Amino acid sequence: MAATTSDAGTRRDFLYVASGAIGGVGLAAMAWPFIDQMNPSSAALAAGTTEIDLSSIQAGQQVVFKFRGHPLFVRRRTPAEIAESNAVDVSSLPDNNARNLNVADTALATDANRATKPEWLILIGVCTHLGCTPTVSTPQMPEGDYGGWLCHCHGSQYDTAGRIRKGPAPQNLAVPQYAFLSATRVKVG
Amino acid sequence: MSGPSTYKPNSGFERWLDARLPLPRLMHDTMRTFPTPRNLNIWYTFGGILAFCLGVQIVTGIVLAMHYVANAGLAFDSVEAIMRDVNYGWLIRYMHSNGASMFFLAVYIHMFRGLYYGSYKAPRELIWIIGVLIYLLMMATAFFGYVLPWGQMSFWGATVITNLFTAIPVVGTHIATWLWGDFAVGDATLNRFFSLHYLLPFIIAGVVGLHIWALHVPGNNNPLGIDVKSPQDTVPFHPYYTVKDAFYLTLFVILFAGFVFYAPNFFGNPDNYQQANPLVTPPDIVPEWYLLPFYAMLRSIPNKLMGVVVMGGAIVTLVFIPWLDTSRVRSCRFRPLMKQFFWAFAVCCVALGYCGSQGVDAAVAGVPLVWVARIASLYYFAFFWLIMPIVGLIETPKKLPASIAQSVLGDTAAAPAE
Repeated sequence: MAATTSDAGTRRDFLYVASGAIGGVGLAAMAWPFIDQMNPSSAALAAGTTEIDLSSIQAGQQVVFKFRGHPLFVRRRTPAEIAESNAVDVSSLPDNNARNLNVADTALATDANRATKPEWLILIGVCTHLGCTPTVSTPQMPEGDYGGWLCHCHGSQYDTAGRIRKGPAPQNLAVPQYAFLSATRVKVG
Repeated sequence: MSGPSTYKPNSGFERWLDARLPLPRLMHDTMRTFPTPRNLNIWYTFGGILAFCLGVQIVTGIVLAMHYVANAGLAFDSVEAIMRDVNYGWLIRYMHSNGASMFFLAVYIHMFRGLYYGSYKAPRELIWIIGVLIYLLMMATAFFGYVLPWGQMSFWGATVITNLFTAIPVVGTHIATWLWGDFAVGDATLNRFFSLHYLLPFIIAGVVGLHIWALHVPGNNNPLGIDVKSPQDTVPFHPYYTVKDAFYLTLFVILFAGFVFYAPNFFGNPDNYQQANPLVTPPDIVPEWYLLPFYAMLRSIPNKLMGVVVMGGAIVTLVFIPWLDTSRVRSCRFRPLMKQFFWAFAVCCVALGYCGSQGVDAAVAGVPLVWVARIASLYYFAFFWLIMPIVGLIETPKKLPASIAQSVLGDTAAAPAE
């Protein structure tokens, strides 16, 4: 038959390629639900906000709350700790971004950009290396060389503003969105 | 190498079956008459031991799944109920948890055996690569399984390992969230890990089938690393190696039973008898012993992305070994130089394991372990990427024996025996 020798392709070639293409698209479309079902469900996405009463927290003390499944560090810093943090040259830090959702994305990691009210340092207590919860340092029980936190998993050390100073963690501890409702109440999230 | 089949159906039914589904023929050819080098030593019995380990894990695992509840609120208590209330639950769970360690003990011996005798070299490259794939699947399965009791180590182990993915630029965080099904390890994570933990052993069983299939094309390597040249070099698999495998399997089971009955928590971590608490990380997170060398590599690199790359690279490197080894001779018995580097490599792996088991700032005799781990990691990579190719070229191997039979039986082997 003459039609089979034509370079333009036959009706059969067209049907072959078209069904293959449609089938491929269909398979790819069906793959997506099976991939996306692994992502956080609507319930997990609807993570709420948390209100915290600060009145019982003493100077130099850290209290841990739970926020969106993660530990939330609320630390009432002493003037000495604030001064120590202010004395650091920001350009010398491993990560000089503030990592604070309450300030601009490009803000520098100065102490003022890490804590809106210097006395209250509010952080997500998740080490930016591999997700462990760092241990707080106090003058009585120092953890690490920088007076902030030490992550025992892989040895990352944070200073009194929660900034990474030493170890494998790439970023400063994250500061979540928060707003003070009164002098002693803060809403996180 | 297996040659033409010698299976002869004896009954009418066997003939009927042989013409339709020749399963008895397959079993006969692979497990009875399969010609096997006559000089295989104890280290070659670990293939059979590994098959046994996989069987134990699947049987005990199916039973445990009948009593386990994959829910973040109930998992920990359901495991305690298995230990206390389910009839023989303690035995089955201890067999399963210690079985994992026995499985890895056997697989490491099996891998070092392959490395020492050059079993990865042509024409057995694919056997080795499929083996590396099995090893990867084993690590994934063991990791998922370790999460299920939902203790402190389960939770924080899962957190650290899944956070490895956040080191990947741009998409890393999304991958981690996708793995978790939440913004942290939680109930969704536990459920999917249970599902995968149940699935993977069957995938492993399938890949083991490929491993054995690939093995049965060229046949076994042997401690001399020379090819089988005549039927005199081999013996039938049954009864010679079925019996040998069974004997060493028995010894292995005695060791296994020793742990199950006398030290069932020897490999475990006491922190895992505390229920998972997302707010408190245990002071020292330690993975199971079989992952410690890689963990030590991860910790020794002071950069997140590089640490993850090095750890992954340590495993990916194994795939390339068949082409990194340039030697014409397989077995280290005839490689005086390589033999020394091999044992240094074994020492480095143990040293890495020790470093991984210690605290972050630990030191021995004033030497910080992080530096020991760095040097050992460096040697790990140098061994495969530098020493293997170079030594293969410059080394003068010892003279190889003419044949397996001559090596085993002496020169009289040329004459018909007895």
